Amino acid sequence: MPTVTTVVIGAGHCGLAMSRCLADRSIDHVVLERGEVANSWRTERWDSLRLLTPNWLTRLPGYSYSGDDPDGYLSAPEVVRLIDDYATVTDAPVRTSTTVTSVQQSDGGYLVHTDQGSWQARSVVLASGACNLAHVPAVQEAVPAGIIMLNPMTYRTPDRLPDGGVLVVGASSSGIQIADEVHRSGRPVTLAVGEHVRMPRVYRDRDILWWMEASGLLDERIEEMPDIVRARSLPSMQLVGSPDRATIDLNVLTGMGVTLVGRLAAIRDGQAQFSGSLLNVCALADLKLGRLLDTIDAWASHAGLNGGAAPERFAPTELPASPPLTLDLRNGQIRTIIWATGFRPDLSWLDVPVLNRKGQVIHDRGVTRSAGLYLIGMPFLRRRKSSLIDGAGPDAQELTAHLAGHLDAPA
Amino acid sequence: MTATDTPIDNGVNVEALLGVRDALPETPDMAQFQWRATCSWVKGTHSRSDVNTFYGFGGEQEHKSTFSYDADHPLAFAAEDHGSTPVEYVLVALGSCLTAGVASVAQQRQIQLRSVHATIEAEMDLHGILGADPDVRNGFSGIKVTYKIDADATPDEIKALVAQSQKRSAVFDIVANPTNIAVEVN
Ligand SMILES: Cc1cc2nc3c(=O)[nH]c(=O)nc-3n(C[C@H](O)[C@H](O)[C@H](O)COP(=O)(O)OP(=O)(O)OC[C@H]3O[C@@H](n4cnc5c(N)ncnc54)[C@H](O)[C@@H]3O)c2cc1C
Repeated sequence: MPTVTTVVIGAGHCGLAMSRCLADRSIDHVVLERGEVANSWRTERWDSLRLLTPNWLTRLPGYSYSGDDPDGYLSAPEVVRLIDDYATVTDAPVRTSTTVTSVQQSDGGYLVHTDQGSWQARSVVLASGACNLAHVPAVQEAVPAGIIMLNPMTYRTPDRLPDGGVLVVGASSSGIQIADEVHRSGRPVTLAVGEHVRMPRVYRDRDILWWMEASGLLDERIEEMPDIVRARSLPSMQLVGSPDRATIDLNVLTGMGVTLVGRLAAIRDGQAQFSGSLLNVCALADLKLGRLLDTIDAWASHAGLNGGAAPERFAPTELPASPPLTLDLRNGQIRTIIWATGFRPDLSWLDVPVLNRKGQVIHDRGVTRSAGLYLIGMPFLRRRKSSLIDGAGPDAQELTAHLAGHLDAPA
Repeated sequence: MTATDTPIDNGVNVEALLGVRDALPETPDMAQFQWRATCSWVKGTHSRSDVNTFYGFGGEQEHKSTFSYDADHPLAFAAEDHGSTPVEYVLVALGSCLTAGVASVAQQRQIQLRSVHATIEAEMDLHGILGADPDVRNGFSGIKVTYKIDADATPDEIKALVAQSQKRSAVFDIVANPTNIAVEVN
């Protein structure tokens, strides 16, 4: 059986950033990938998707964007090319078409079984992604037969949907983008809105992510967060990467004719029932946006950045006095439901006792309680930007330092 | 329906209620009600709510007296237990609404009740309100109501009473179906 010091599972940007940091310390390793490099960007994204992070923020250890459009947003095929190039320039030891089928503790290290043979390693890095499965709530079981159900991993383009109404469940990044393009295609959209994070694309002439990066918000560390569970379960930002840098928030969608309803609470007798909390979740998001802009403005004046556009506050989310609470799913009006209700990792192959009762890896900033087993790429793993491409570098550097310490420690 | 010589009396004035319904076509505004309560913080998790006035039948109305309700958390929550928890008031509301409904429907169907007893139980996973697990809802995961009814009626007639009571129950509807809530700060 081949042995190697470290096995990295997954050749997305996180696994490759890890590989680069391991190579910098001359730690021999392999990167096992079930598909090709950047598999999730090749196979799990809808056609029109662009990164919501601008090009200048697309940085990895030893790499940064050098093209002529630093303020633009990469399309999925461009992300594939970028990650592919990164694997090439870092000369990452990737084994493609190699699916990990189990990881077990053995001999003070790990036994990694794949469909292409097994590896013995002293340490393992789980870089297999936070978004392997679309999470769909249990109410889906009550959806009447005949309605087509999709999620952001199976949805591709509006043209493939039947004509007629579409219920999009979830108003975070994926949900608002899909609601926008599906409604534009002439299929009237009803959008079920739960908790969400409202964001303008541009604030005071700059990308909102520029402000969040410059003011240190993206670098905020998990140790500074008063509530770790809450920080890690925050929905994604309502942001879209588009050439015209458009903001797509609930007011924009309402203006287009999208119908907003509350969180989908239940489906009973073919009737979808929406929570009466819509006013509150929108008020929460408006207040939270206000606090974000307050923080940014305070930072800007402290940093002496008072030129350019003046501070601005956005109109509150507009809602009808009594948003609809039910929707008949049996009268043919709704032909498709798109569940944009989040993603989950798939670690069903991990046979190491580090999982909590919900099957999530218990970890302290990516360090599990099983010595030598590490995790990267999860929301707010170590810092706010951990789930973004730009967060992989610092996380990988710190985890590699810890991993090197583990290897140096007497067995 | 069970035939009987003595008049059926469950203490519900069904004629008055039906009279209201008959009057509605001419004066539909009579049906527009507003129910009210006020709630003031006392200390800790203890609050006191008062119920006195309401609007309905085309004008301001008043209860016979002001009813007060203390709500608090139990000692096990390191609180002082000055009253039922708010969620228990929901159970009280559901049970009393359904039971009033059983009595009214029984009266209308000419069924004499001898005793009606309901047990209302609701399951809750505290992971929700503690913010410990975002996948767990704050509210009940389920409610179970169990009736014991002694009445001059067949078991199926009694089941039908309970079913009709749920169908016409305000609190059952409020709990089972979504309602828009607007909370403002003045
Ligand atoms: C719809 C969507 C939009 C996003 N947009 C942005 C954005 O605009 N900007 C941004 O910074 N981030 C964005 N993200 C977040 C994040 O950057 C991506 O999820 C990114 O793909 C995560 O990279 P990763 O390396 O952690 O995981 P992945 O890219 O998912 O890579 C994990 C790899 O592991 C492989 N793998 C999984 N299981 C196994 C196994 N058992 N054996 C072998 N290999 C395995 C997979 O095939 C995959 O190639 C987005 C995410 C999603 C879902």
